[in-house]
Amino acid sequence: MSLKPFYQTGSLIKFYLRTDISKILIWTFSITALTMLTAWAFEDLYPSEAERLAIAETMKNPAMTAMVGPGYGIENYTTGAMMAHQMLLFTAILAAVMTILMTAKHTRGDEEDGMAEMISSLPAGRLAPLTSVLAVVGLSQLLLAVSIGTALSGLNIESMPPGASFLYGAAIGGTGLFFAGVTAVFAQLSESSRGTSGFAFLILGLSYLVRAIGDVSMETLSWLSPLGWALKTEVFVSNLVSPLVLLTAGSSALTLTAFGLMLKRDLGSGMLPSKPGRSNASPLLLSPFGLALRLLRTSVIVWAVALMAIGASYGSVLGDLESFFSSNEMLSNMVNATGGLSLTEQFISMLMAIMSMMAAVPALMFFYKLKSEENKSRMENIYARAVSRQNVFLSYLAAAVLFGSLMMVIATVSLWGASVPVMEEPLAFAVVLKSGLVYLPAIWVMIGIGAVFTGIKPGLTGLAWGYLIYSFLVVYLGRLLQLPDWPGQLSPFGHVPKIPGEEISWLSLMMLTMISLALTIVGLKGYQQRDLKG
Amino acid sequence: MTVLHIDHLSKRFGKFQALKDVTFTIKKGEIFGFIGPNGAGKSTTIRTLLGILKPSSGSASIFGMDVWKESVAIHEKIAYVPGDANLWPNLTGGEVIDLFLKLRGSHRPEKKQELIDRFQLDPSKKCRTYSKGNRQKVALVAAFASDAELFILDEPTSGLDPLMERVFQEYVLEAKAQGKSVLLSSHILSEVERLCDRVAIIRQGEIIESGSLEEMRHLTRTNLVIETKEPLNGISNMSGVHTVKETEKGTALQVDAEALDEVIKKVSTLGIIRLESTPPTLEDLFMRHYEGTGSDQT
Repeated sequence: MSLKPFYQTGSLIKFYLRTDISKILIWTFSITALTMLTAWAFEDLYPSEAERLAIAETMKNPAMTAMVGPGYGIENYTTGAMMAHQMLLFTAILAAVMTILMTAKHTRGDEEDGMAEMISSLPAGRLAPLTSVLAVVGLSQLLLAVSIGTALSGLNIESMPPGASFLYGAAIGGTGLFFAGVTAVFAQLSESSRGTSGFAFLILGLSYLVRAIGDVSMETLSWLSPLGWALKTEVFVSNLVSPLVLLTAGSSALTLTAFGLMLKRDLGSGMLPSKPGRSNASPLLLSPFGLALRLLRTSVIVWAVALMAIGASYGSVLGDLESFFSSNEMLSNMVNATGGLSLTEQFISMLMAIMSMMAAVPALMFFYKLKSEENKSRMENIYARAVSRQNVFLSYLAAAVLFGSLMMVIATVSLWGASVPVMEEPLAFAVVLKSGLVYLPAIWVMIGIGAVFTGIKPGLTGLAWGYLIYSFLVVYLGRLLQLPDWPGQLSPFGHVPKIPGEEISWLSLMMLTMISLALTIVGLKGYQQRDLKG
Repeated sequence: MTVLHIDHLSKRFGKFQALKDVTFTIKKGEIFGFIGPNGAGKSTTIRTLLGILKPSSGSASIFGMDVWKESVAIHEKIAYVPGDANLWPNLTGGEVIDLFLKLRGSHRPEKKQELIDRFQLDPSKKCRTYSKGNRQKVALVAAFASDAELFILDEPTSGLDPLMERVFQEYVLEAKAQGKSVLLSSHILSEVERLCDRVAIIRQGEIIESGSLEEMRHLTRTNLVIETKEPLNGISNMSGVHTVKETEKGTALQVDAEALDEVIKKVSTLGIIRLESTPPTLEDLFMRHYEGTGSDQT
C-alpha cells in the first residue's frame, strides 16, 4: 500500500520517454558534439606544452575566473585541464537549461494545459507523474554523462583518460539533475509554467553569480553554488568525486521536498494564493501595445535584474584585473605594446559582445511572444476586433527593440557602476557606454531574423535561436579557439566595432541597422499575408 | 438587404480541402443557423470570415466589404464569440472585457454591467481560475455589450448551464429585435431550431442543404403515428415509407413529402382510429444527411 502514490510510474515513464525521446537525443547529441569538437580543437591548436602555458598566462586573471571558473592545474595546463577550465561550466549550464525546460514543461506546464488532470483521473498515483518526469529527466542526464564520457575517452587524448572523462560527463549530468530538482520544487510553488522555469533560471543565474564572486574573492562562497560543485571536481587534474555527492544529495533533497509539497496541495493550485484582481482594466492596457507590455511585464523585470547582475559581476572584477596586470611584467609590456590602451579596456569589448548576446535572448523572446500568443489561439481574440495585423506585429516589435536595447543598456551601465569603486583609475562612463551601445544594431538584426521566421515560416522560428547560439560559439569561443575570421563574419555580432580598441565604424553600424529594418519589413509583409493559427 | 455574402468560397490546407464552394447569404435582421458535426468546416468558414484565414478561391464579403482585405473596417461593426475562449490567465475577466470592447471600438457601458449581472460573472477573478462556462461568459458579455451590427457566434453556449443558455437566447432575440443579424454556429439543434430563421448544413466542407426550416421540412419526411382497425399490412413496402416501427400508440413511420398522398389514401381505407403527424425536427433533418455516411473526418 505504501507504493500507492507511485502506482503506474512505470507506464508513465514509458509515456514521457516516447514524447521526449527526440528532444533528449537532440540535446545529448548537440552537447556531446560540442564537447568533442572543443576537446579536439584544443588538442589540435595547442599541441605543445609551451603553447598551452602561453595560453594559460592569458587565462590567469580574475575576469576569466569570474566568467569560466577557477583554473585548476593551470600551472600544468594540459588539454584536459583546459577543457575543465574553459568548457565545464559552460556545458554544465547547458545541461541545466535542458533539464529546467524539460521538467517545467511536464510538471507545471502539463498541469496548466489540463493534461495532468487527465492523467490523475486515470488510476495513477498522486506522485506518479512527477516521479516519472524526474525519472525521465534523470535518465536523460545519465545518457548525457555516459555519452560525453564515451566521446572524450574515444578521443584518446593523454590528459583525458576514460575514468576522468566519465567524471567530466557526470559533473555535467549531475548539474542537470540538480536543476531538475530545483525546477520540480518551483513547479509546486509557482502557479504557471513560465513562473516555474523563470524561478529555476533565476536560481541558475544566482548560482553563476555566487560562484563568480566566490571564485574571484572568497572561495567558501563557491561552495554555496551548485555550479561551483561541478567545478570542484577538479576533473582531469585531481579528479574528486565528493562534489558529485553534493549534487546528487542536493537533487534528492529537492525531489523529496517537491514530493512533500505536491502531496500537500491541490492539483492546479500553487502555494502562493492569488488575490482578487481589478474588475475594470486600466487605460494603459487597452491597446495591442498595452496588452503586449502587460504580458511581457514579469519577464522584462526578471531579465532586467538578471542582466544587471551579470553586468555588475563582470564590472566588479575589473579592479582585480587591473592590479593583476600591473603585477605581471610580461602582460604590462603587452599592454604598452598596443598603443596606450589598457588590457582592461581591450577586455571590455569582449565582455560587451557576450552581454549583448545575452541581451539578445530576451529581445528575441519578447518578439516571439507574438508567435506564442498565436499558438495559444489568443490572437483570434485580437484579430476578431478592429485591429490590423500591422498594429499587433509592430507592437511586439517595438516591445522587443525597446526592452532588448534596454537590457543591453542596463548591463552596460551596471558593469560601469560596479567597476568604478574597484578600479584605481575608473573607466570613463562615455567610453564604456559607447562600447556597449555599438552592439545594439546586432541585437536588432537578431530580432529582424525572428521577424522573418514569424512572418514567413513560423514553424522555423527555432532557427533564430540556433543562429544566436552559433554567434555565441564563433564570437566567444572563436577568440579562445583562434578560429579564422570568416565564421565570425557570418554573425551580426562579428561586425560590431570593438570599442575602445577600434575606430567606431558608422558604416557597419548603419549596415546592420538597415539589414534589421529590411528583415523586419519582409517579416511584416509575410505576416500580413499568411493564415494565422488562432 | 444583404449583410454577409459568401460566394463559392474554398479553402485548402496543403492537400486537405477544408471548404469547397461554400455559398450562402445572411440578410439584415436574420438569425442564420450554421450546423454540422465537428471538423465539417464551420470554424474554418468563420475564421475565413474574420480574416484570420485567407480564402484559397472564391470570396466572402460582410457589409459589402471583402473579409480579407478590409477586415479591420468590418470588425468595427461585428462581434465575435469563439467556441472555446482562450483568455490570458494573468488578466481578470473584467480587464479582458474592457480590452475587447476597446479594441472593437464603441460600446455601451451601461449594457456591460447589465450583462455581467445577468450572466452572474465575477469580473475580478483571473481568467486562469474561470471554468469553461465562465470564459464563454466573458466573451458573451464583450459581444453583447458592443453595438455591433452582425454577431458571429461559433458554438457560443458550450459549457454554459441551461439557465445561462436561456439568458443567451434572450440576448440573441433582443439583437434580432433591434434589426441586427446573427450567424449562429451550433451543435445544439434545439437552440438553432428555436432561434434561427434560416439554416445551412455543412458536411465535409460543403453546404449540403440550406434554406428556411419550413422549406427544408417540406423537402423531407413527416413523422406519422397511425392506429387502424384493420392491420396495416404492406405499408412498409410502399415507396417513400421509412423506419416502420410498432409502438404502444400504433405504427410509427416516416414518409417522404411526395409519398404522403399515397400513404394517406391507403391508410384511410383501413379505418383510422388515430393519426398523429409531427413535422420533422431539425435533428431529423440533420440525421438524415448523415445517415450512412458515418462521422466526418477532420
